[in-house]
Amino acid sequence: MKSNHGAQRVKRSSIAVAINVAAVCSLASLPAAFAAEPIVIGGKIFTEGYVLGEIAAQTIESTTHTPVTRKLGMGSTGILFEALKSGAIDVYPDYTGTLAEAILKRPDLKSLDDIRAALSGMGLTISGSLGFNDTYALAVKAGFADAHALKTIGDLIPIQGSVRAAFSYEFIDRKDGYPGLVDSYHLNFDPQKVNRMEHSLSFQALDQNAVDLIDVYSTDAKIKKFDLRLLEDDHNYFPVYQAVWVARKSFVEQHPREWQALLGLEGRITAEAMLDMNAQADIQKISFEKIASQFLGSAAPDSESMLNKILRRTREHLWLVGLSLLFSVLVGIPLGVAAVRFQTAGQAILLSSALIQTVPSLALLCFLIPVFGVGTKPALAALCLYSLLPVVLNTFTGIRGVSPSHLENARAFGLTRRQVLFRVVLPLASPTLLAGIKTATIVSIGTATLAALVGAGGYGAPIVSGLSLNDVPTILTGAIPAALMALVAYGVFELLERLLVPAGLRRRP
Amino acid sequence: MLELQNIYKSYEGKPVLSDVNLVVPKGATHALIGSSGSGKTTLLRITLGLIPFDKGYVKINGQALLSFTPLEWANRIGYVPQDGGLFPHLTGKSNVSLIARLRGWGSSQIDDRVEELRKVVDLDAGILGHFPSEMSGGQRQRVAIMRAAMMDPAVMLLDEPMAALDPLIRRSLQQELKSIFQRLGKTVLLVTHDLGEAVFLAEQMTMLHEGAVVQSGTYGDLLLRPANGFVTQFINAQRSLPDATVVQ
Repeated sequence: MKSNHGAQRVKRSSIAVAINVAAVCSLASLPAAFAAEPIVIGGKIFTEGYVLGEIAAQTIESTTHTPVTRKLGMGSTGILFEALKSGAIDVYPDYTGTLAEAILKRPDLKSLDDIRAALSGMGLTISGSLGFNDTYALAVKAGFADAHALKTIGDLIPIQGSVRAAFSYEFIDRKDGYPGLVDSYHLNFDPQKVNRMEHSLSFQALDQNAVDLIDVYSTDAKIKKFDLRLLEDDHNYFPVYQAVWVARKSFVEQHPREWQALLGLEGRITAEAMLDMNAQADIQKISFEKIASQFLGSAAPDSESMLNKILRRTREHLWLVGLSLLFSVLVGIPLGVAAVRFQTAGQAILLSSALIQTVPSLALLCFLIPVFGVGTKPALAALCLYSLLPVVLNTFTGIRGVSPSHLENARAFGLTRRQVLFRVVLPLASPTLLAGIKTATIVSIGTATLAALVGAGGYGAPIVSGLSLNDVPTILTGAIPAALMALVAYGVFELLERLLVPAGLRRRP
Repeated sequence: MLELQNIYKSYEGKPVLSDVNLVVPKGATHALIGSSGSGKTTLLRITLGLIPFDKGYVKINGQALLSFTPLEWANRIGYVPQDGGLFPHLTGKSNVSLIARLRGWGSSQIDDRVEELRKVVDLDAGILGHFPSEMSGGQRQRVAIMRAAMMDPAVMLLDEPMAALDPLIRRSLQQELKSIFQRLGKTVLLVTHDLGEAVFLAEQMTMLHEGAVVQSGTYGDLLLRPANGFVTQFINAQRSLPDATVVQ
């Protein structure tokens, strides 16, 4: 079956696809973890990941009063797993089937104990099942089930010649999906009536009676929304995807109270409850905090006010943009100067910084994960690389634009090379140079929203979670401040230009 | 005293200057004249120490260029580039004092020297606070002369000091320059293609043609005893406009 079960549920946006890529290419482990205080809860980038992550966070907060940092919506299995090993997060929810296949590469491991024993070798452990199995299932409309007395998958056999099905591409193509299913149940559907369809569209098709049967995930909120009936897998064909908490063993040893609090949730989240919570998030657009607190029967935690949230994200975003800018200035300007001075190396410098710019940002993040792990580091590295080109190129162009006669005059006056550079060349190039830094800043403010995909926070966090929920207002709480920040940055640079660009070089009205 | 002795320079195997000799006695103003391509710009750059040469000596007060570091040489020769060559990002005063600041002069020492020179070139004090783009051509030229004289060099070198000015300003600045040179009391070499300028400002002149000295002497020498036909040709080409009788 699929290797990253959870992320499949995300709207099949390019982001989700890229994150899967990122998961696959995340390889190396990080250097030693930092002692985690507060406790950091991770979560995958799909509704259930957010809900379970929030439940874990609130459980720890309410039972142990230990502070908790939420890093939800971090991507899929590969990223979360790297983050866990490196200590960037302490606990996150995952599924036994995913752990066995994607992490352990041992699809034969079925039982919780076997999987726990195998993970132990990697310094990790898992809780018992939280109470539900999130796996593939076949679904029909309630009316259709009643009309044909359908309870189990086997009940389809009498009507197999006339059933119209719509299955997702993965389900149809994987040997452990559709082909294995028909073998196991000796089903014989009419191939003419089995359609391959984008998963999110198959619900619509079923709802409009264009098809009778689709594949779903057993806790998908849309089951409730479209009033579907799941057919029981009485052959136990589908693999088991029990939801569990995953943690480092060292964390469990150092934080026994917190871990006990999480173990208290074992068996408490039924498939019904999970489906219900997913529906509240996806359909009723209730906040994850509220859903989790309702489930836990506690008052909603001191949920951060919108203002505080935006302020915190502003800090995170500014940190990312500011640091990467500092880097691009400290490295980019010398590189630009070097590019002017050394012809061949100069072309190489310009070409390589241009090449970096052509790497799609998600792919770049993916390349950087094996080196930097997850969190702020890879995001910063990516931003640094992206802001390099405008600075290098404008430094180069600005210096090349300085009249050679000024350079010769400066030498005739006895200025050293260094003095020529700092007293004449850079000041004369400063308008172009500053324009490059301005471009880098604005681009970086936009690009930094992608940092949320690797858990670095910032304005990207609500954008990523809003995208996964198809929730435009949430997206806007990230997108609007980001746009405002870009405007403010523009204004700041206008001011800087007045301060830094020598008055004799400024545009005159 | 500025001496250029037996200067040879070739570029990619092609001789640009051959056996050029030129002497400017202490306190005198001398013009190096020639049309474009005569080699005068190359000679100027050699004198400034900006480019190497194949043979010969450049000396100031008997000491050869090659015995100095570029910085030491720059202190001995004040350069006024064409059109002033002021740095556009610096005010007049910053242009004038740039080198002194880099050499670690104190601000009062700088202020005193700037004020002294300002009087010599007869410039309004307010102009020194302006950027070059805010100055007239004549003001720029004066500021450039102040800058060249700032470190009190033995020799001043001016490249086409009038070329970029309009005719009326030229006439008045010519008068000014002459008295400025007198007040500065420096050894001055000015490089120009304009015979009128050379005649007006300099007592002696050296005419350069195709990389060699054609004739050295006063204007009278060149006019009355031309070394060859080129000298006469050059002088005639720069004669003033036709007089009224021709127009009528």
